[in-house]
Amino acid sequence: MEKRATFSMGWLGVLFILPQVLLVFTFFYWPTGAAMYWAFTLERPWGGGNEWVGFDNFRQVFADRAYWGSIFRSLVFAASTATLSMVFGLLLAVACDRGLKGYQAFRTIFVWPYAVVAPAAALAFRFIFAPEAGIFSALVKSNHEFWNPAQNGYHAMAMIIICYSWKYAAYCFIFFLAALQAIPRSVIEASALDGAGVLRRIFDIQLPLITPTFFFMLVISITDSFQDSFGIVDVMTDGGPAKATELMVYKIYFDGFRGLDYSGAAAQSIVLMLIMMVLTFFQFRYIERRVHYS
Amino acid sequence: MKSKFLMSVAALLFSVTAQAAERVKFEMWHGLTGDLGGVVDQVCKRFNESQSDYEIICTSQGSYDNALQNAIAAYRAKKNPTIVQIFDAGTLDLLLSEAYVPARKLMADNGYKINWDDYIPAISNYYANSKGELNSFPFNSSTAMMYWNKDAFAKIGKTEAPKTWEETFDSLKVLKAAGYECPMAWNYDTWPIMEQFSAINNIPVATKGNGYQGLDAEFIVNKGQFVDVIKSLKKAYDDGLVKIKTPDTGATIVQAFANGDCQVMLSSIADHGTVGKTQKPDMQWDVAMLPTLAGVERHNSLVGGASLWALQGKTDAEYKGAAAFFNFIAQPESALFWSTNTGYIPVTKSGFEFMKTQGFYDKAPYKGRELAIASLNASPVNENTRGIRLGGFVQIRKEMRDALTDIFANKVSVEDGINSAVDRSNAVLRKFEKTYAGKMLP
Repeated sequence: MEKRATFSMGWLGVLFILPQVLLVFTFFYWPTGAAMYWAFTLERPWGGGNEWVGFDNFRQVFADRAYWGSIFRSLVFAASTATLSMVFGLLLAVACDRGLKGYQAFRTIFVWPYAVVAPAAALAFRFIFAPEAGIFSALVKSNHEFWNPAQNGYHAMAMIIICYSWKYAAYCFIFFLAALQAIPRSVIEASALDGAGVLRRIFDIQLPLITPTFFFMLVISITDSFQDSFGIVDVMTDGGPAKATELMVYKIYFDGFRGLDYSGAAAQSIVLMLIMMVLTFFQFRYIERRVHYS
Repeated sequence: MKSKFLMSVAALLFSVTAQAAERVKFEMWHGLTGDLGGVVDQVCKRFNESQSDYEIICTSQGSYDNALQNAIAAYRAKKNPTIVQIFDAGTLDLLLSEAYVPARKLMADNGYKINWDDYIPAISNYYANSKGELNSFPFNSSTAMMYWNKDAFAKIGKTEAPKTWEETFDSLKVLKAAGYECPMAWNYDTWPIMEQFSAINNIPVATKGNGYQGLDAEFIVNKGQFVDVIKSLKKAYDDGLVKIKTPDTGATIVQAFANGDCQVMLSSIADHGTVGKTQKPDMQWDVAMLPTLAGVERHNSLVGGASLWALQGKTDAEYKGAAAFFNFIAQPESALFWSTNTGYIPVTKSGFEFMKTQGFYDKAPYKGRELAIASLNASPVNENTRGIRLGGFVQIRKEMRDALTDIFANKVSVEDGINSAVDRSNAVLRKFEKTYAGKMLP
């Protein structure tokens, strides 16, 4: 008879998963539940009574043009930062994987930006891009028509996209490099023996083999850009000029914590959560089809 | 020898802990940082040294916003400090809650007689409830002033600051012609240009006595001369007389004024110390009351800053300590210490008189600060000059600031920009009214 180590008592298993369940409950389901409740009531900041208002908060949020603007800007931000950071992360990873001169040093240097916390990075970039004092404006000879993120919304948006992508390219770099190095050398050597050049090998062998990482990075970059952008926007632009960089997460913060409109902010968080769920669902449904896991 | 030494150490330790255990400890959270936060710490230290019954522990929360948010979170978790500093725009939410102990009750319960009429009227009226009673203690108080560069004005033959807006724009033009690149620095801040401007010129910002008489007040700045002054300011900007200075452009208005780049700015009297400490060497400058519109009688300006609140849920002993602290900071000597080390003004008449007799205002670097009190006392307080008590005022300020940013970037006309900001602000007000449905303004 075969001997198997099993736990006959069911409660022991429950005990083992309990810590994890507790954590998920405390840090996810409980706050989400509270936000849900607030989203359907009018919550007074200092407590003391709140009234059930049904979908009023959602109606109000969707009737607000500024809110649609923040959704649109968040999507633009997600698309551009995902593209920029993945392209640059991949380029650097391929270069390091090729073992170009000095790659050991660069391998470490390229990871650093990710270790810089977002507000610190944002502060540095704010100094670089300040229209009157920054290094960048010295380069463009302080021409305010050409570069003025303090007044031009497009410039401000470009500025936060660049800062965020700079930081996230490092993150992408780590994953892409790991994926590239996991490709068996024999496959690449075989193709080299068959006479395939560097570019041919990259496009026909390496990139197809790292599509799972590619897909993973896409999902992570997009979801992260919705949440992680806060520190950068808060330090660099405060959502300005005139709401031009007001992303969804910053608007939630401002309305909730600064404006003390807890209910409106809660409704916006629920919408943000739904948008991220839908986006992730579509990515898994339609893009994952093109991914080859083996 | 050694054991004797150890014993004395033990005895010392014991006496220290025994002494510490006797003192009632209580907490105060505030929103000031840097230099100002340091002065708050010194005030707390002075209080602790002045008596042996209580020990106040003062903690900076990093900013006014954080102090408010953290106090709310702590209050909801029943872990709030005894005293919290809440900035002017956060007054209404707290006033409508049951989270505080009214200042009068706190002092009466603990046997302190406070002369409530001693507060400068423009300050006490701002924070008082509809019955004219203070529920919190005005603490760091300021008002907006015009900072002007005397050297630059001397070059265009002027020895006094402009008194009206018309005169101001004329002077800016002459300054420009005299070769000054940045006659005036501006940063979209609504506080001097909307709130103070309206009070000084006796124009309502909102119906219902600027909101003091009810939560159903409506924001109406688009109906008054505010629109005109923004039009003039925009024209001056287009002519190069006004330059935008914000942290995003690379320098704040205070930095631009202090280093001599810009010749005029409208800012809080609290910046008086900063300008003095960071100014270009030998630069001659002064402050003046904000300009009025031509032909308008000057009214009192509004107080800005924050007040101290005692929060619910503490022990009687802690409240006794809080009352002792409030009594301590109300002393004229405390006012002198506070105003000397910050740019803030004294909040009581007796504090102001005491500082005058001490000769505080006679010499640099404090000379000129008495004009802030003069500005607050320019007229008896009326409906339009009492203050602004509107719900969601932080959001309203932001809507107006966003509109001004768009106006100055030529994205929208002055009227359209202000009108849409007013519409959006009224939506904020109606939501606030609904949130507090059935609540009467205390």
